[in-house]
Amino acid sequence: MSEHDIDGLMRAAMSGDAAAYNRLLTSLAPVIRSVARRGLARAGLAVEEAEDVVQETLLAIHLKRHTWDPSMPLGPWVRAIARNKMIDAMRRRGRRDHVPIDDVIDTLAADAGEPTPLPGRLDAHLQSLPDRQQSVVRAISLDGASIRETATKLNMSEGAVRVALHRGLAALSVKFGAKE
Amino acid sequence: MKTDDLIRALTSDLADPGPSIEARFAAALTPGVLVALILFAVTLGPRPDFMAATGDLRFVFKFVVTLLLALCSAMLVWRLVRPGASTRLQIAALVVVPLVLAGGVLAELVALPRPLWMPRLVGVNGLVCIASIPFFALPLLIAAIFALRHGAPTNPGLTGVVTGLFAGAVAAAIYAAHCPDDSPLFVALWYSLGIAVVAAVGGVAGRVALRW
Repeated sequence: MSEHDIDGLMRAAMSGDAAAYNRLLTSLAPVIRSVARRGLARAGLAVEEAEDVVQETLLAIHLKRHTWDPSMPLGPWVRAIARNKMIDAMRRRGRRDHVPIDDVIDTLAADAGEPTPLPGRLDAHLQSLPDRQQSVVRAISLDGASIRETATKLNMSEGAVRVALHRGLAALSVKFGAKE
Repeated sequence: MKTDDLIRALTSDLADPGPSIEARFAAALTPGVLVALILFAVTLGPRPDFMAATGDLRFVFKFVVTLLLALCSAMLVWRLVRPGASTRLQIAALVVVPLVLAGGVLAELVALPRPLWMPRLVGVNGLVCIASIPFFALPLLIAAIFALRHGAPTNPGLTGVVTGLFAGAVAAAIYAAHCPDDSPLFVALWYSLGIAVVAAVGGVAGRVALRW
């Protein structure tokens, strides 16, 4: 997808076109993923963590979308956000990397077996959300429910579902940025 | 959670993102400036010969240089809170402000006989000046930082410093209405010090409050 196309999708999204927004985020994800993988590899970090960076960047793009100036191309804006989230992730890694040698040996021993897919940081953060926000975010993301279906299922008003979804996503973004 | 699941949640949250960052910044300025003006009115107030002084070139220059700094730093802040926005032009504009001040200083040195240089530089009110500017700037700095939390500065520290420059410059323009020292020599030393204090505080506040 060309730079020109993503500008158009974002413009449509900003005026409320959810389908355009979905296409935009879906087409940005692999671009951010390859940038994140390359960056992590260059820094000598585990490439598996790239998905955390992708998810944190998409959350930031969503929550900060009003800082995009529609008269400017979208590409540099997305790249600046991705770069920023990448640096944050590496700083956090730097702090976490001081592990005792015994832990490393344990890890190496465990690596000999079948590799189990690690749950991403998003799942851990999701679990620490307040119940109401967690149920709403889960229903819409994992179960693919609409706002209306979620409202019926959780016995909430549609407005309350929207508020809980937005607050939940904002809280997830804050948790990504928090020091560990 | 898979990334596609997250995207589904983000798509469902696509509502009106609310007022633009400029609108929020402008909305924060009104109460900030108002509080600063009230603080000014109840503490120092304008000097007695304020109206008469408006005809004096040195007096007017104080407002020109402080308001120019406020304008240029606000324009740079607006760029700094937008990821990937070019800041080159705005930084160049900001650099012009100290050059304008230096021009004023040079003109003053030419106009004044040498024995008056030191007395004008020291002035009569220097310490009040460096205490007043941060005092009047504080409400504005707090309001501005709060508004900018809606932005996305990729360099929170720098954004805080430039926000501090802005708040300090507006506070300096307010203080200038009281200040009995009009010489550009005084302005270059004491006003700069007062504004620098606010910029430093802004830098610390930015690093803490403008991360996202």
